[in-house]
Amino acid sequence: METLSNYLLISSILFSLGLFGVVTRRNGVAVLMGVELILNAANLNFLAFARFGGMNMSGQVYALFVIVLAAAEAAVALAIIINIFNNFNTINIDDVSELKQ
Amino acid sequence: MITGNFITDASLLILFLPLLAFLINIFFGKRLPRQGDWVSVGAILITLVLSLSLFIGMLSGWNYKFSHEVYFSWIDLGAFKIDLGFWVDNITIVMLLVVSLISSMTHIFSLEYMKGDIRYNRYYAYLGLFTFSMNGIVLANNLMSLYIFWELVGVSSYLLIGHWFEKHSAADASKKAFLTNRVGDIGFFIGIMIIFTAIGSFNFQQLFDGVSNELISGSLLTLAGLGLFMGAVGKSSQFPLHIWLPDAMEGPTPVSALMHAATMVAAGVYLTVRLFPLFTVEALTIIAYVGGFTAIFAATIAITQNDIKKVLAYSTVSQLGYMILAVGVGNYVAGFFHLLTHAMFKACLFYGSGSVIHAMHHSLHEMHDHDTDPQDMRNMGGFKTKMPITSSTMTIATLAIAGVPLFSGFLSKDAILAGTLSYVQHHPEHWILALFGFGAAAITAFYMFRLIFMTFYGEPRMPKVFDGIHESPKVMTYPLVTLASLSFFIFYTLPYFNPFKDYGWFTKLIKASNSAVPGNPTAKEIHDGVHHAHDAAMMLSLLVAALGIGLSFLMYYKKSLSAETWARRTGFLYNLSLNKYYFDENYNRFLYQPFLRLSRAVAYIDWDLYDKYFINGFGYVAKILSKITGRLDFEGLDQTLVDGIGRSAHGAGKNLKTMQTGKLQNYMLFALIGVIIILVIQVT
Repeated sequence: METLSNYLLISSILFSLGLFGVVTRRNGVAVLMGVELILNAANLNFLAFARFGGMNMSGQVYALFVIVLAAAEAAVALAIIINIFNNFNTINIDDVSELKQ
Repeated sequence: MITGNFITDASLLILFLPLLAFLINIFFGKRLPRQGDWVSVGAILITLVLSLSLFIGMLSGWNYKFSHEVYFSWIDLGAFKIDLGFWVDNITIVMLLVVSLISSMTHIFSLEYMKGDIRYNRYYAYLGLFTFSMNGIVLANNLMSLYIFWELVGVSSYLLIGHWFEKHSAADASKKAFLTNRVGDIGFFIGIMIIFTAIGSFNFQQLFDGVSNELISGSLLTLAGLGLFMGAVGKSSQFPLHIWLPDAMEGPTPVSALMHAATMVAAGVYLTVRLFPLFTVEALTIIAYVGGFTAIFAATIAITQNDIKKVLAYSTVSQLGYMILAVGVGNYVAGFFHLLTHAMFKACLFYGSGSVIHAMHHSLHEMHDHDTDPQDMRNMGGFKTKMPITSSTMTIATLAIAGVPLFSGFLSKDAILAGTLSYVQHHPEHWILALFGFGAAAITAFYMFRLIFMTFYGEPRMPKVFDGIHESPKVMTYPLVTLASLSFFIFYTLPYFNPFKDYGWFTKLIKASNSAVPGNPTAKEIHDGVHHAHDAAMMLSLLVAALGIGLSFLMYYKKSLSAETWARRTGFLYNLSLNKYYFDENYNRFLYQPFLRLSRAVAYIDWDLYDKYFINGFGYVAKILSKITGRLDFEGLDQTLVDGIGRSAHGAGKNLKTMQTGKLQNYMLFALIGVIIILVIQVT
C-alpha cells in the first residue's frame, strides 16, 4: 500500500480541501486555515517524493522550510486580519471589497 | 555724374526728376508743407534748366548731324531682343525744351489757378507723371519704350481730365479720351508688330536700315505705316478720332494748355516726324488727306462755338491737322516747326483763357451767381480795360496763330503751306489739299479774332459781372508774358533777322532726312520744291489771313455785318457747325448703340443662358453629389466605423468591469479556473 500514488492521492485530496476552504469560506481565519491545508498538502508531496522519488534529503529539508514559512505566513496573515478587523469591524472578507472597480 | 556723359546724364535726370516728384507727391504730398507743390515746381525747374543747357549745347555745337544714342539690354532671349535707350538728336532737344518749358509754365500758373483745390497734391503729382511720360516719348530710341510711354501719357491725360471727377461731364470726358485713344493705339500696336515681325527690331535706326534694305516693302509697309499713323490719329485727335479733344477741356485749364494743346497731342505729330522715313508714298498721301481734312473740318466747327475753351480746342485739332498735313506732303520739318511755334502761342492762348475764366469765376462767385457759364464768350466783352496783360498777350498769340508776319505762326504756317503748294504742283490730282490748307488758314484767322473781339472788345454783355473782373495775379501773368514773347518771329530766326522766311537756327540745325523707303522723293527734291513754291504760298497765305481777319473785324468789331443774319442765311451749315457735324450723335447712333446692343446680347447669352443654366447646373450637380458623399462620410464612415470602434471599446469595458468584484475569492477562483484550463490543454 505504501506507493507514491497513494501519498499523492491523499495530498491532492488535502490540497483540494484546502483550496475549497480558501475559495468558499467567508471567515478570514478559516481562509487562513485553508492555506495551511494547502501548505501541508505540499509538504506531504515533498516527503512522498523524498521517500519514493529521487529527492532524498532535500525533500525533507524543503518540508522544514515550508513549515517555517507557514509559521511566518500565519503570523503575518493573522496580523493583517487583526488590522482588517480594526478597520472594518468584521473579518468577513466578502465585506472587504474596496478594490472593486 | 552718373554715366560720365553729360547728354546721357541730363537725359536721365530730365526723364526721372518729374517721376521722383510724382512719387513724393502722390505718397507724401498731403503731409508736406504747401501740399508739396514746391517739390514738383522745383523738379520741373531743374528739368527746364537741364533742357536749356542741352539746347544751348546744341546751338554752340551747330551740327545738324548731331546724334547721340545710348541703350541697355532689357530683354535678351537670343532671337528676341529688346534694347531700351535714348536717342538724342536736335529734334529731341528742341522737343525736350518745349515739354519742360510748357510744363514749368503750367506748374507755375497752377500755383494760383488751382489754389485751394481739394486734390491739390494729386494734381501736382499727375503733372509730374505726365512730364515723365512725355519726356519718355521724346527720348525713346525704339518703338517699344515709346509705346510704353505713349500709354503712360494716355493714363496721365485720363487722370488729369478727370481731376474733378465729381462732375459727371469730367468723368465721362476722361473715359471718352482714354477709350478713343485706345482705338488709335490698337492700330499703333498692330503697326509695331508688323514692323517688328518683318525687321526683328524696335530700334528706330535699325528700322530705317531694314526698310532701306527692303526687308519690308510695298503694301505691307504701307499698312504698317498706316497702323503707326493710327496711333498718331488717336493721340493727336485727327479725324475721325477728333471727338475726345474738345471734351477733354473738362480738365483744369492749365492742363488743357500743357497736354491738350502744346505737348501731349503733339506726341502724335512727333511720332510721325520721328518715323517719317518709314512711310511709303501711298501712306503719306492718306496722312496728308487726313491732316488736311482735319485742319479745315475742325476750323469750320470752331467758327460757331461759344465756349472759349471749345474754340481753342477745335483750333488745336485744326492746327494739329496742319502739322499732319505737312508730314503727309513730305515737308515734315515744317510740321515739327509748327509744333514748336504752336506749342508756344497755343499754350499762351490757353493760359489766357484760363486767366479770363479765373476772373469770370471769381466775379461770379462774389455775386453768388452759380448758373452763369464762366466759359461762355457771350457773357464776356470789353475785358481789355480790366485785364490789360491777358488781353495783350492773347492778342499777340492770336496774331501768331492767324499767320500775321512778324510772328512765329507766320513762319511755320508759311512753311507748311509752301510744302502743300509744292506737293500740289507736282501732283495736280491732289489739288484739294491746297484748298484745305489755305481755307483752314483763312478760317483760323476768322474765328481766332472772333474770340478776341468777343472777349476783350465791344460793350460788356453782362455789366454786373464785368465790374467784378480783375487782372490775374503775377504767377498767372508771368507765364503769359513769357509765352507771348516767344510768339515773336525773332526767337526762331536767330541769328538772322528775316521776318518773312523761316531761315534761322531751326532750319539750319534740323534738316529733313531722306525717306528710307526706296523710290520716295528725297529730302532735297522736297526742299527744292518748297523753295520754289515759297513766294506764291506766302502771298496766298497773307491774303487768306487778311481775308479772315478782315471779315472777323467787320462782323464782331465794327458790327457792320451782322453775325446773326449770316447765321440765319446759312442756317443749315451754321447748325452743322454749331453741332460739330453731329459727330457725337452719329457715333452714338451708329457705333455705340449697336455695340451696346451687341454687348447686351452677349451678356444675355453669357449670364442668362451660359451662367444660369450651364454654370449653375454644375453647381447644382456638385451640391447633390456633396450631399450624398456627406451622408456616406458622416453616417457610413464616421458614425459607424470610427465611432463604432470607440463604442465597442466602451461596451467591452462596461461589461468587463463587472469582473472586478473586489472579492479576493473570486479572483482566486478565476486563477484556479485558468490553471485548470491550462492543465487540461497541457494534458490533452
